[in-house]
Amino acid sequence: MREATVGQGRGAKSLFDKIWDSHEVDDELIYIDLHLVHEVTSPQAFEGLRMAGRPVRRADKTLATADHNVPTDGTATARLIADELSRVQVEALESNCEEFGIPLYSLGSERRGIVHVIGPELGVTQPGMTIVCGDSHTSTHGAFGALAFGIGTSEVEHVLATQCLVQARPKTMRINYSGELGFGVTSKDLILATIGRLGTSGMQGYAVEYAGPAINALPMENRMTICNMTIEGGGRAGMIEPDEVTTEYVRGRPAAPKDMEAAIERWKDLPTEEGASFDREVDIDAGELSPMVTWGTTPGMVAEVTACVPDPAVMDSPADREAAERALAYMDLQAGTPITEIPLERIFIGSCTNSRISDLREAAALLDGRVIASSLRGMVVPGSQQVKLQAEEEGLDEVFRSAGFEWRESGCSACLGMNPDILQPGERCASTSNRNFEGRQGAGGRTHLVSPSMAAAAAVEGRFVDIREWS
Amino acid sequence: MPVDPVDVIEGQVAVLDRSDVDTDQIIPKQFLKRIERTGFGEFLFYDWFRSGEIELEPHPILVAGRNFGSGSSREHAVWALKDFGFDVVIAPSFSDIFYSNCTKNGLLPVILSEEDCRAVAGSGEARIDLDDQTVNCAAGVFQFEIDEQIKHRLSNGLDDVAMTLERAGKIDEFESAGKADAGPLTSSL
Repeated sequence: MREATVGQGRGAKSLFDKIWDSHEVDDELIYIDLHLVHEVTSPQAFEGLRMAGRPVRRADKTLATADHNVPTDGTATARLIADELSRVQVEALESNCEEFGIPLYSLGSERRGIVHVIGPELGVTQPGMTIVCGDSHTSTHGAFGALAFGIGTSEVEHVLATQCLVQARPKTMRINYSGELGFGVTSKDLILATIGRLGTSGMQGYAVEYAGPAINALPMENRMTICNMTIEGGGRAGMIEPDEVTTEYVRGRPAAPKDMEAAIERWKDLPTEEGASFDREVDIDAGELSPMVTWGTTPGMVAEVTACVPDPAVMDSPADREAAERALAYMDLQAGTPITEIPLERIFIGSCTNSRISDLREAAALLDGRVIASSLRGMVVPGSQQVKLQAEEEGLDEVFRSAGFEWRESGCSACLGMNPDILQPGERCASTSNRNFEGRQGAGGRTHLVSPSMAAAAAVEGRFVDIREWS
Repeated sequence: MPVDPVDVIEGQVAVLDRSDVDTDQIIPKQFLKRIERTGFGEFLFYDWFRSGEIELEPHPILVAGRNFGSGSSREHAVWALKDFGFDVVIAPSFSDIFYSNCTKNGLLPVILSEEDCRAVAGSGEARIDLDDQTVNCAAGVFQFEIDEQIKHRLSNGLDDVAMTLERAGKIDEFESAGKADAGPLTSSL
C-alpha cells in the first residue's frame, strides 16, 4: 500500500467536486435529489413535521419502503405482523406516507425490499445525483457515480421539510486499485481488506472515490458491495465513476431517464478529471488480495482465510491490544487458531451488502448438487421481492432449498436482527452482511463477515475454507 | 426541533475506556421500534449494563475511546445518552453521522487527544465551556475545535429546519432554475 497526501487544488475537478458544486443551493446547503425512507428512522421525523405543521417539500423526490424490521416468513400485510412493536412501526410508516403523499412499497408490494437494493433496481438511483436515507449504508448508491450518504432522524426531518441538507464539505480521498482480483477473490474481499488496512476510522471525514482498473472491471452489483461498506471504514460517502457498465444497468428500469442517450451524454461529464486533487490518495494492488474473514467485533478485525486468529500480545498500541483481547473473548476464539478451523453453526446470505441476484447466483453456483453440513442452519434472504422472483425464475431457490437452506422473503433480516431471524447466544455465523459488532445479529451471537461464495463453501464444510482451493 | 442551548457544562465525569463503541452497543436494535424520541435512557448500553461488563453513573460528562458512535446512523443512540443524563461526550474521535446527530440534540461532542481524554477521565470532574471551547479539569485546560456553524446552533439551541426555511427563497431559485430537474421523480413510478 502506497500513500500520498495531496493538497486541495482547483481547476481539474473530481466526481465528488462536480456533484457537490452542482447541488450547492447556498453556503453549506446541499440540494437532495432523492430521499429514501424506511420504518425505523422516520417516525420521529414525521412527528416533528406534524408538531411544527410543516409539509413535505418534495414527496415526488421521496420514496419509502418497509425493510428493517419486517418478518421474512411471508407475512402478507403490516396488519398481520406478529411482533406488536414492529407492526406499529410499519403501520406508522404506512399512515405517515399516506398523510404526506409519499410513494411507498410496504409489505405485500412486489417492489418492496431493502432500501439500498430497490433504489438501483427501480432505476431511481442514477449517476450525478445526491441521495440520502436515514441509514448508514446509503453509501451503496455511490456505486452509480452518485453522492450518497446516511443521515440521522433529525436530518430526515430536515430533508422532508426542505429537500436540502446542511452539510460541511467533506475532505476527499481516492483509493486506486491496480491489477485485477484473483480467482475466488470478490469485491467483498476487496473492501474488507481495505478496511483492515485503513482501520474502522481510516476514512472518517472523507468522501471516498474507489478507482482504478480493478474497480472498472467489476459489474455493477459488485461495485455496490464496495460502496456499501464505506461506512465501516468510517467514510462519509463512497463513490465510483459512472461508465458503460453503469448506464447499461440503469437502462430499461422503471425510473430510467426517458431520453437515455441525452442522460448518458450528461453523465459522461461526471468522471474525475486528470489532475484533480484529493486530500488523501491510497494505492492498493488488487492482485495481492485474498478471500477475507473477520475474526473480531469490528469489520476492521479481518484476516486472510489462510491466516490464523491474531495474537493481541504482539499488537503495538494498547488500545488495539485491549480491543482485540475483548473481541477474542466475545468471539470465543484463541489466538493462533487457523481461520479454516473455526467451526460454524449458522450461515446467513443476505443484507444490503450481498443479497442481489448476482450474489445469489455466486452462492448457488457453488451449492448446486451439494448439501450443507448437518450441524448448520442456513438462511437465504433475497434483497428484494424482485430479486426473489428473479432467483425463483432461474431455479436458484431450488438449489438453496435442496442444499438445506431456508429460502425466505426479502428484508434486512438477520443482518441487524430486528425481526425474528436472529442468532441465539453463543451461535457462530458466517454472514454476507456488513457488521460483526457484538450482538449485532442477536444478543451473544458471533458474526464472521465473508463473501457469498465463502459463505456457501463454509456452509458445505461447516467451517471456513479457502475458496480458491475448494472444489 | 428546537433544543436546549448549550453553554457551560460542569460536573462529574463517567468513563468508558473502550474504542470503537458502536451505536448497536449504545442502543441495541430491539429498542429501535419505539416511535417516540423519549424514554431511551433506560436501555442505554443494555447488554453491557445487564451483564455487569460496565458500570456508568449518569454524570453530565462521558469520556470514551476513539471512533465513538461508529456504525448505524440510529439517532436513538444520542437520545439514549442524553436521556440517561449525559450532556457532553469527550473522545479522541467520533463517527461522522453520530457527531452530526449529537449536534441536533444538544449533546455536545468534544474531540480531545487520547492523552487529554485520559487526563480528563483521571480528574473525575470537569467544566466544559462551549463559548471558550475549553475543557477545564484538575489536570489542566484543554482547547477543542468545533465548526463555527455548529457552535452557533448549539449555543442558541436553534431549530435547523426553521433556519433552513429562512433560506427557502434560495431553494425556490435553485428549483426554478431547473437545477433540480435531472433526477427521476418517484411519483412517476
